[in-house]
Amino acid sequence: MATDIIIHDKKDNVGVVVIEKITPNQDCKCWIMEDDSSTDIQSMDEIPLGHKIAMTDLKAGDTILKYGHDIGKVVKSIKKGEHVHVHNVKTKKW
Amino acid sequence: MEIPKSFLGYKRENGRAGTRNHVIILPVDDISNACAEAVANNIKGTIALPHSYGRLQFGADLELHFRTMIGTGSNPNVAAVIVIGIEPKWTKRIVDGIAKTGKPVEGFHIERTGDIGTVMKASKKAQEFVMWASEKQREECPISDLWISVKCGESDTTSGLASNPTVGNLMDKLEPLGVHLCFGETSELTGAEKVCATRGATKEASDKFMKTWSAYNDFILKEATDDLSESQPTAGNIAGGLTTIEEKAFGNFQKIGDCKFIDVLEPAEEPKKGKGLYFMDTSSAAAECVTLQAAAGFNIHLFPTGQGNIVGNPIEPVVKLTANPLTVKSMGEHIDCDVSKILSREMNLSEAGDKLIETTLRVANGRLTCAEALGHKEFVMTKLYRSA
Repeated sequence: MATDIIIHDKKDNVGVVVIEKITPNQDCKCWIMEDDSSTDIQSMDEIPLGHKIAMTDLKAGDTILKYGHDIGKVVKSIKKGEHVHVHNVKTKKW
Repeated sequence: MEIPKSFLGYKRENGRAGTRNHVIILPVDDISNACAEAVANNIKGTIALPHSYGRLQFGADLELHFRTMIGTGSNPNVAAVIVIGIEPKWTKRIVDGIAKTGKPVEGFHIERTGDIGTVMKASKKAQEFVMWASEKQREECPISDLWISVKCGESDTTSGLASNPTVGNLMDKLEPLGVHLCFGETSELTGAEKVCATRGATKEASDKFMKTWSAYNDFILKEATDDLSESQPTAGNIAGGLTTIEEKAFGNFQKIGDCKFIDVLEPAEEPKKGKGLYFMDTSSAAAECVTLQAAAGFNIHLFPTGQGNIVGNPIEPVVKLTANPLTVKSMGEHIDCDVSKILSREMNLSEAGDKLIETTLRVANGRLTCAEALGHKEFVMTKLYRSA
């Protein structure tokens, strides 16, 4: 039942790393909380605990979905498996 | 788990119950701190609550000052109060406000007496109060006497995944038992404000929430000199993986579970609509928020943290929980309830909620929180604007 990544909602395009870190090219097990389903992803970056991984390719202007909701916009294209954070995503508020 | 129907608390004159039995020395203003601290140093078992304000305030800001002072003294975790101010009038206003609870309270003003004479007079009364309070016994109180406030801090993504939903699970289980509940952090609901508004129990509550949030957001937009990327999210939030205020807000919002809020409170306003969940307009800074909630009468606080916020409060015990295993490992002395096994799926949310209920009741019954044992007594008044 152990998992490397947790995804809140089926609609989400990011997941959260819940082990100390994942390393590049690691095959990760993902658990989707909303419907208790599972999926897999291969990471491209080293990503620490609590940080997000892209579950799909994303381009500038796309919306990041987490909890099934809009949590910001992509400002620099992101490939599936890459680290998603302040270097490629910004708030739509303020 | 069968939830206990009662806890051991201190019954107060006005029918409320306390989880603590403090005798406090409350300065009305900044320049009375020295006197208040001297009294607390003289008389063992009392605590002074020094703060930075109380002079030349006016309008809504002054009203908030009085509400916070009177509310703090009136909190059922406080057995008796010594109030010390520079001038008689404002000192008396606070004494009279606290006296409505029926608890022992006495005021002293420093002008025409000086610090030394005031310390002597106030110390004599403080000794009387603390010896009287020391005979108070804990008695069985219904669980509905718990007024639980919540606020999260140094959040990271583990907060939204696990520790905040654990608090939500506790709310879902305790709300039907008639407890009072309170969440706040107006600015940290930014991005989730529309979803939060739908959780008002009535249209009036929802509308009041949107009005409150909009006013706070307008204030932030007016004062902001940048995109707030240095403030919200904080550097700690970002280190923990939170990227935007919206992400933080949706995580924050998990703390209320499936509950609906019945009213929106002003900062430090006592709830008046009976049992249930309230939203309070507060800053998202930990000590400011908890101070306001304690002043509204809440007698136990739940504080989920990700990266490890260490805040405490002088009168309201602050129970910390975290789901971040690194925080448990590196800062364990600050964590009352470890729910990190949610992330490894060795514990489900309901089990975590039960564990938190158990911890909360142990603290309500008298177990010291980590913050109390470590001496955290952050008492921080909210100031709305500059003094006259």
